[in-house]
This record gives sequence, C-alpha cells and structure tokens, in this order.
Amino acid sequence: MNANVAHDLHGTKAKERAAPLALRARLVLALGPVTALGGVAWAIVQPWRLTLLHPYGQGFWWLLTEPPLYVVLVGLLFRLLLAPGIVEDLQRNLRHEA
Amino acid sequence: MIAAGLLPQAEMVHWGFATGFLTLGLLLVAETVVGREVWALRPWRRYLWPGLMFGLGVALWPVMTFYTNSTIHMIAHGSWAQVLMLAGGAELGLARGKLHSQYWRLCTVLAMLVSGAALLAHEQQHWLFARAAFLHHLLGWTIVIGALFPLVQAFRPRSVVAAAGFAATVIAVSVMLYSDRDVAPVFGHLSPYAGVQHR
Repeated sequence: MNANVAHDLHGTKAKERAAPLALRARLVLALGPVTALGGVAWAIVQPWRLTLLHPYGQGFWWLLTEPPLYVVLVGLLFRLLLAPGIVEDLQRNLRHEA
Repeated sequence: MIAAGLLPQAEMVHWGFATGFLTLGLLLVAETVVGREVWALRPWRRYLWPGLMFGLGVALWPVMTFYTNSTIHMIAHGSWAQVLMLAGGAELGLARGKLHSQYWRLCTVLAMLVSGAALLAHEQQHWLFARAAFLHHLLGWTIVIGALFPLVQAFRPRSVVAAAGFAATVIAVSVMLYSDRDVAPVFGHLSPYAGVQHR
C-alpha cells in the first residue's frame, strides 16, 4: 500500500477514535448504568427486599422475586445488548449527515 | 386453595409487570433520544417495544384468570389485556408497514384511558386506606393524564415532547408498580381493615 494512503487511513481512523461522542450517544450509553445504579441504591436502602441475603425460611417465590436485582438486570441488559448498536447507528448517521 | 398457595403473591406479579414497563420505558427513552430514523436502521429494533407492549397484554390474561377475586377485578384485568394487545398490535402493524395511518396511535390512547379508568373503578377503597389503594388511585390518574402524550403523537408524530412524556409516563408507572405491597402503610396510614402488614 502506498505510504501516503496508509498514512491518511491511519489518520482517519485515529480521528474517528478521538471524535467525541455525541451528547445523544452519551445519553443512550448512560441509560442502562443509571437504571442499574437505581437498582443498587434500592438494594442498599431496602436490603430486606433481597431475600437472597437472608434466605432461611423463605418460600420459592420470595427467593425468586428480587425486585432490586430485576432493575439492575434491566439496566445491564440494555447497556450490553442494545446501547452499543444504537450508538453505532447514531454515530454512522451523524457521519453520513456531516 | 392449593392453587392459591402455589401462586406468587399479587405484589410479586406487580413487580414482574414493573420490570416489563421499565424495559418498555427504557426503549421508548432511547428511541426518543436518537430519533425514529436512527432507531429504525436495524429492522428488528422497530418491533422491540411494540412487541413488548403486546406481550405485556398477553401476560395479563393469566393475571385475569388466577387473580380474580371479584367481577370488577376480572373486567379490569381482562380489559387491560385486550387494550394493551390492541395498542401493541397497532404499533406492530405500523412498524411492519402494514398499517399506514398515524391515527392508529389512537389505539394507545384508548389503551391508556381504559387502563386508567379500570384502575380507578376497581379500587373501591379511599386513597389512604393502604399503599395498594393509594397506588391504584395514583396509577389510574397518571395513566389517564399520560394518555395526552400519545394523543398528541397521533396528530404530531414527530413531537419530541410528546414522545418524552409518553416514555416518562411508562417509567413512572413502572416505579409505582415496584412500590406496590399487598399490605403496607402509605404516609403512615394503614386501615385496620386492610389486614396485617407482612413485610
């Protein structure tokens, strides 16, 4: 490959990496962690909602039902499964518009 | 009697639905933030929240079957199931392109009005009777007033304020459902007729 072209390509990729994330992308990336943090805060404020912490004598449904963990799980799944694709599409769309 | 012993308590069912509504709310917020065009760049993503809304409607049928302790409860749960499925189905039709008119969004308005009215009608106790009664009243009025947002969206589909308001309403519903307890006080009030607080 021509050195000039390779140099340009390297420069473009470096710029892409360094390009600041759009505010909207940051918001989408923050949604999941903020939700998960809400669940963690709930678990700290009301630890008795997590029956797994004191499982002795609890029935099946009480052991299965851990609402603060549900909130954490929703936040994590959103961040890990959905947010990356949404941000990727948003960035691509912004580049296309620019 | 045996079946009742095997079923999860009503508050647990509320928390399950709260999780569904929280997921729905996050999807709606994300769509509002990035815009419908970006959201629809991956075809499967278009079906996510309408499909979830439809699924929540389907999930309400077993609730109607197993948690019916009066006629008004059965009518309330049954009507929620029907209107949520209708709203989810209409949104799925719009996402798929089989439905074209933006006024199909009015199905969501209908769903919210029916749900809110059913919540208010089937709660026979006053606001401060217990936490569940308080939340039923609060949920009912929140959903009825929140119906304004999809109503605006039906006429102004690109309104960011309406989309954000709808998403915020769904998340508020989720928080209220997570706050529900079978027997618990609200602001220090618990009627002696409500039963014994168990947790």
